[in-house]
Amino acid sequence: MLQTKKISSVELTQTFLGRIAQHNPNINAYIALDEAKSLAQAKAADALIAAGKAEPLTGIPIAQKDIFCAKDWPTTCGSKMLANFVAPYDAHVITQFDAVGAVNLGKTNMDEFAMGSSNETSYFGGVKNPWDTERVPGGSSGGSAAAVAARLCAAATGTDTGGSIRQPASLCGFTGLKPTYGVVSRYGMIAFASSLDQAGPMAKSAEDCALMMNVMAGFDERDSTSLNREKEDYTRDLAKPLQGLRVGLPKEFFAEGLDAGVGKVIDEAIAAYKKLGAEIVEISLPNTGLSIPVYYVLAPAEASSNLSRYDGVRYGHRTAEYSDLMDMYCKSRAEGFGAEVKRRILIGTYVLSAGYYDAYYLKAQQIRRLIAEDFVEAFKQCDVIMGPAAPSTAFKAGEKVDDPVAMYLQDIYTISTNLAGLPGMSVPAGFSNGLPVGLQIIGNYFDEARMLNVAHQYQQVTDWHLQMPQGIE
Amino acid sequence: MEWEVVIGLETHTQLKTNTKIFSGASTAFGAEPNTQACEVSIALPGVLPVLNREAVNCAIKFGLAVNAEIAPRSVFARKNYFYPDLPKGYQISQYELPVVGKGAVTIQVPAVGKHPAYEKVVNITRAHLEEDAGKSVHGAVEGMSGIDLNRAGTPLLEIVTEPDMRSAAEAVAYAKKLHELVQWIGICDGNMQEGSFRCDVNVSVRKKGSDTLGTRREIKNLNSFKFMQQAIEYETRWQIETLEDGGTIQQATVLFNPDTGETRAMRSKEEANDYRYFPDPDLLPLTISEEDKARVKAQMPELPEAMKARFEAEFGLTSYDAATLTASRELADFFVQTVHAGAEAKPAANWVMGAVSAKLNAEEKSLTDSPVNPNQLASLLKRIADNTISNNAAKQVFEALWNGEGDVDAIIAAKGLKQESDSGAIEAIIDEVLKANPAMVEEFKAGKEKAFNALVGQAMKASKGKANPAQVNEILKKKLS
Repeated sequence: MLQTKKISSVELTQTFLGRIAQHNPNINAYIALDEAKSLAQAKAADALIAAGKAEPLTGIPIAQKDIFCAKDWPTTCGSKMLANFVAPYDAHVITQFDAVGAVNLGKTNMDEFAMGSSNETSYFGGVKNPWDTERVPGGSSGGSAAAVAARLCAAATGTDTGGSIRQPASLCGFTGLKPTYGVVSRYGMIAFASSLDQAGPMAKSAEDCALMMNVMAGFDERDSTSLNREKEDYTRDLAKPLQGLRVGLPKEFFAEGLDAGVGKVIDEAIAAYKKLGAEIVEISLPNTGLSIPVYYVLAPAEASSNLSRYDGVRYGHRTAEYSDLMDMYCKSRAEGFGAEVKRRILIGTYVLSAGYYDAYYLKAQQIRRLIAEDFVEAFKQCDVIMGPAAPSTAFKAGEKVDDPVAMYLQDIYTISTNLAGLPGMSVPAGFSNGLPVGLQIIGNYFDEARMLNVAHQYQQVTDWHLQMPQGIE
Repeated sequence: MEWEVVIGLETHTQLKTNTKIFSGASTAFGAEPNTQACEVSIALPGVLPVLNREAVNCAIKFGLAVNAEIAPRSVFARKNYFYPDLPKGYQISQYELPVVGKGAVTIQVPAVGKHPAYEKVVNITRAHLEEDAGKSVHGAVEGMSGIDLNRAGTPLLEIVTEPDMRSAAEAVAYAKKLHELVQWIGICDGNMQEGSFRCDVNVSVRKKGSDTLGTRREIKNLNSFKFMQQAIEYETRWQIETLEDGGTIQQATVLFNPDTGETRAMRSKEEANDYRYFPDPDLLPLTISEEDKARVKAQMPELPEAMKARFEAEFGLTSYDAATLTASRELADFFVQTVHAGAEAKPAANWVMGAVSAKLNAEEKSLTDSPVNPNQLASLLKRIADNTISNNAAKQVFEALWNGEGDVDAIIAAKGLKQESDSGAIEAIIDEVLKANPAMVEEFKAGKEKAFNALVGQAMKASKGKANPAQVNEILKKKLS
């Protein structure tokens, strides 16, 4: 639309800024907005378009999760600890979007340091699910999710350590992709659990996600875990028919704990895939049940170390009064971090302690390998794995805040792919009691283009991804 | 009761790379505080480490130099603790799988009193790569502490020995040897004042003959050999006295105070950190291939041991002389250049180890600052060899060379030091001397050998010191026979 000059980037950006002004006070999707900066980028994009130098995302307003450092933008990671932190440099993801002339529309709300599944741990307040504002949008990329669902941006970025793109995509009814670990550089993305964190796109459709991936993916020498692979076009296979596609259904994903309404929607989606020519294979991922305990050893272990830099010495929150160095550390961190972050720092510190390391951390690493091997076996029998992205639809705010384990179970179907480093996505597949349900598609390593194809073909015969919540038109 | 001290060393060697171990920031010493602290050095949110392969090459060089196993796969680990000069709240180091494994160095322990010098092998347990911390700066602003992160992320190779040393002298000999070796292979500038080479010394004592180790105390951050000697001697005495008084040694970290010459515990084991080491998920395991090793090996200079053997074989030097000359790269180079400039090897060795070293020591200069260069020394030695000047005169010429009084031949001419080698002229002088000293001649003939030396002396005096002493000897012998 931009390139056919029906509308300029400035007009489009202004439209979104207008919608944000109208709806954000209620939804609370954005932490930081900077109209002048966004419009300046839009103007520059219009010049590129006029000069015929436009790329698919030139001039498109993108919401950036507040986990990405963006030069001269507040970058808080949803924490009081960084409430006043203004990043002096750009994350790789930000640089990539800048390079194609996309517009940074603002920084979106998130669970503090990406730790949470409901966006309720944010220092900047919870985010409302546009489908039902009494309910949560999921997390940790809750702000990006609500922004995409409420059409407060064209698309958004998210990060996914245990499900933080896919679970909110499921709860808010749009398409979200967590790529293979190492496909998108983590440089400038504030670390939660380094071996699991991966950035990805959150957008209306699989096609939009593919265009986003073309910008976000690619080797970056500043991230040692970034994979040096040839640049690929993620849109290349979108149109391929699905005839003969082998879809694996892990029996563990349809067992106890799955909401019946959600299960029904997933069954219908599978039926639709059969119609598209897919054949269904029953598979097993026997160690799925161990993924949550393993994750809650490894992720907090890495987090406890990653978050040590927030000590009040060089930047970030420092307590007003302190008697000595130890007092300054203790008070600054006690005041700067919220309860969930503290809980995970404590767990992580404990499992790495002398005398406990072997029993927890090492054991968890061993099981992590078993979980990855489950998938290796599974992909011998199928091309993609399908199942629910989350066990339930969006729950009410406050419902699970006092029960961390219930909250952790939100990621039961997503965590194992992070542990294995595999790509996974959530695709809108229908509604249960008026709330969106996401179908999860898990692919083999580097199979993002195929997954996007699988999702796109489904979106050609369904319109779940085009549905909009009421009251935000 | 006889006690034995058991010593092991951990040495932090700052590697001579242009940039830091995990970022592109400069490692140059002495810049304004925090001007060499990039976003990685400051540990801003979101930054990531990228390994500097040059630091790895330094580790490989060291491994090759001490005949160590070089791990094909090693792992970087996080050592977690809070300190203001540690920006990430953890130090990236290596823990379970270090880059360099078991190796050994041979040390020369100098003679002390009646005990002769001896050689000893000190085993290297491991050497691992890690990053340095920053520095706390106290008092730059009244009542405040500042942090300078220029040094944060500077590459270090921590070299750990087995508890093989049995005296302060052995520990110092090892430290000196290691200090020379890391400079020799070009991985460290060796500057101890700037902290490029810092030693932690583990000291314990036990009854002689016992094969179990006593409880050790670790003396931290010794940055001079003199302090190391003093600290170990004090610590050893203190431990022995404590045990003899019925006390026990608690494992502890201690600091040496150069003003009092004493060591004092800074923290006990109970207060020690639990560092919660775990593999750094931001870095891939470090892999080193046979090709990597071969490439580094090709750039390595000849090692001291090999050079020592070559000096013995090629120049006929004694083992002791060859060891002395190869104790430092500069000394060895100076010697070789002197020989290449035309000097004979043995006199060159003697002069480099003798007059040159003595002068440098006296003036506390290093070889690089020597006013006499190898070419000048070679010219001087050639004038001795071709009998132009005597050994005695050569000392005067050397003194003048040192003081910058011109080149060798000009100095000889100016000072009139050219020796008389014309046998006719010398014969004439001797005839005069014999005629003037009949009593001495008589004494000699009566069997007093001393009288011969007196006659040589008279002849040298008569020639104003310029006669070739060997010729004087020879002619005088002939005349008196």
